[in-house]
Amino acid sequence: MKYLEEFQNPDLAGGLLADIRATVTRPWALMEVCGGQTHTIIRHGIDQLLPPEVELIHGPGCPVCVTPLEMIDRALEIAARPEVIFCSFGDMLRVPGSSRDLFRVRGEGGDVRVIYSPLDALRIAEDNPHREVVFFGIGFETTAPPNAMAVYQARKRGIRNFSMLVSHVRVPPAVEAIMNSPQCRVQGFLAAGHVCSVMGTDEYPALAERHRVPIVVTGFEPLDILEGIRRAVRQLERGEHTVDNAYGRAVRPEGNPAARAMLQDVFEVTDRAWRGIGVIPDSGWRLSPRYRDHDAEHRFDVARITTREPAQCRSGEVLQGLLKPHQCEAFGTTCTPRTPLGATMVSSEGACAAYYLYRRLGTPDASREASPVG
Amino acid sequence: MCLAVPGRVLEIAERDGTRMAVVDFGGVVKDVCLEYLPDLEVGEYAIVHVGFALQRLDEESARRTLALFEELGLLQEEFGDPWEAAAASAASAASPGQEEER
Amino acid sequence: MADTETLTGTGGAPDILGWSCPLPLRDHPRVVMGHGGGGVLSAELVANLFAPAYGGPLLAGLGDSAVLELGGATLAFSTDSYVVRPLFFPGGSIGDLAVNGTVNDLAMSGARPAYLSCGFILEEGVETAVVARVAHALGAAARAAGVEIATGDTKVVEAGHGDGVYLNTAGIGLVPAGVDIRPQRATPGDVVIVSGEIGLHGIAIMSVREGLEFGVGIESDCAALADLVAAMLAVTPDLHVLRDPTRGGLAAALGEIAAAAQVGVVVSERAVPVPPQVANACAVLGLDPLYVANEGKLVAFVPREHADAVLAAMRAHPLGARSAVIGECVAEHPGTVVCRTPFGGTRVIDLPMGEQLPRIC
Repeated sequence: MKYLEEFQNPDLAGGLLADIRATVTRPWALMEVCGGQTHTIIRHGIDQLLPPEVELIHGPGCPVCVTPLEMIDRALEIAARPEVIFCSFGDMLRVPGSSRDLFRVRGEGGDVRVIYSPLDALRIAEDNPHREVVFFGIGFETTAPPNAMAVYQARKRGIRNFSMLVSHVRVPPAVEAIMNSPQCRVQGFLAAGHVCSVMGTDEYPALAERHRVPIVVTGFEPLDILEGIRRAVRQLERGEHTVDNAYGRAVRPEGNPAARAMLQDVFEVTDRAWRGIGVIPDSGWRLSPRYRDHDAEHRFDVARITTREPAQCRSGEVLQGLLKPHQCEAFGTTCTPRTPLGATMVSSEGACAAYYLYRRLGTPDASREASPVG
Repeated sequence: MCLAVPGRVLEIAERDGTRMAVVDFGGVVKDVCLEYLPDLEVGEYAIVHVGFALQRLDEESARRTLALFEELGLLQEEFGDPWEAAAASAASAASPGQEEER
Repeated sequence: MADTETLTGTGGAPDILGWSCPLPLRDHPRVVMGHGGGGVLSAELVANLFAPAYGGPLLAGLGDSAVLELGGATLAFSTDSYVVRPLFFPGGSIGDLAVNGTVNDLAMSGARPAYLSCGFILEEGVETAVVARVAHALGAAARAAGVEIATGDTKVVEAGHGDGVYLNTAGIGLVPAGVDIRPQRATPGDVVIVSGEIGLHGIAIMSVREGLEFGVGIESDCAALADLVAAMLAVTPDLHVLRDPTRGGLAAALGEIAAAAQVGVVVSERAVPVPPQVANACAVLGLDPLYVANEGKLVAFVPREHADAVLAAMRAHPLGARSAVIGECVAEHPGTVVCRTPFGGTRVIDLPMGEQLPRIC
């Protein structure tokens, strides 16, 4: 058992698809919350294999894409300072702020470094005691514990030149916000498996009950996605709305208690703006007062930077499945993958970016993409 | 939140007061922090994200899941094969004239 | 993509505001790493800045090497600069790359490479032993590729202004009569063949890059491909396109060919040879093997009637033993590369934007 290839085996997809086809009797709109799942779906063309009744709405679960413009602008200002070594996960470098991105800051002389793990940033701080090392702490509940560990260790070991610009986001409040939207079309959720590996599943039953939606904790390999869809469709057809764990190999109901305890210590819940969506109450984490010394927002006084999202962007509606990307006036004109206005055009997994790519194909696939049932 | 991959623990050692492991991802070996899974043992698999082991993988559960997929496959053979139709229509839609190994 | 027709090359400064491509260079008043990444940004730099400034017809070809008539002979002419870090990596060094890269650029127009030049740009303070190691690697690679380093140059820049050693090589070779290999010749019906397992060079380099280090038992595939090309040409001079999928990987190579010839390309993902370590390293780093660099592979567009014989000749050559048919050239979706996934779905293989970066989501 390698826990990877086994769940990528195309020969096992047939039974799952057959069962979905046999079960489904009418249209259902499901949302996969996580960008990683969207990636798998696009990468393997999973959506093209589903019966036309099953519509997938790509959710807001890409931490890179939903990081608000304002926070990117703050990062850019910090990264441009001569005393700063700015460390970031690779995928943030391309995300545009109001006028530039981290690549350009580097081109203009900023010391911007791509790291693989937050502990790498901590090591850079130790190796460069006379520089300010700032780590761009983005991500959902999966990335939060590793980032929290970097801050925790910096405080414990007295690494004073290390700070973190925190833009963490939490999944359940986003699910809540989507369901509370009056025009919401989502009828079932595939919950992000790796978020649940950390947090467990106890945040979801109340959500499922309150909004009467099935929530299926789903993994990331192609067969995992199909199994998540299969279980969600089963529930919907039966009129059920429970929390179901289809990713048992990596998700326990209690999550990872050590990681959760660390999150409790290092972070506190706060309101957070999501790019293209707006502020969602309680949907973010910031450093708790104990760690304020390591908060880059305070250290560099960037909280004064406030940026308004472009009014043209309607990605909030796209993310809720209310608007198809090509129905937006900005689509393909002022908004392209190279000049994105909002979250859904930023990464290649975003709904708008995916549409943009497929539009060029001119095949029946593209027309199906452009007019899904629903 | 997403990119986390399963890896197998090869060695465990304490470094800078931090519990670290050498983890094998199918021939790719990287250092991984075990602070969140301190009781993970050599030979076990865990889900790893940005250099941190976040959850132990449960073999029993994985086998049950795969067995279910196989079972659904057998049922499908018995009751016809809508999958072939889906694959075929997707294929012809995507690339007219393309011959395929499937 | 960049549109050179709307540009008028003048002798003065580029008319920045007059540029009309979707994301003109005016959005990049300074050079970023992506401009050297072999992707969209590199292409725009050539099309929007260099081509209009030079004004000559040859760059319009935008192939790996220029093919020119000189004194009755058909020559291939190419130059490339090498700024790899670290200088030595599993399976090779900057010296091997500098020879093989330029030799391969020549070979991709069907030429028999003959002579190279080599310029060294050294950083003050670099150990001469390091320079000697690089020079020996250059010599050995040149002998192995059957080319002569006929001329050279050395410059030194101040400490802190370089990464130890930068190299530039230029090369010339003779294109045999009857051979006309260039991206524009890709034709619907052509069979697409890759000469072996992809992604080895890029992953080998990443495995030793600072801050990313990981153990992986693979080496760069860095090799000179002129001999393999000669073996293919011995089957038929009518090869349509050859390309070495270096920066940007197979995705960039196929995308550029599709754009140049205005044809579609369909690739069967299952048929693309990806070694397990490359696949797994890509899984860990969040990369796609199709976008990872190679330094000893080529992709060929071959007329269908010659495909079997060319494939057999490639497999009989040590550098093409794992050659495989990975797809075909089609008339549909011109300019776009489409991948058939093992699950029976499709996805669009877009041109890479710039350098490949590890991602977390």
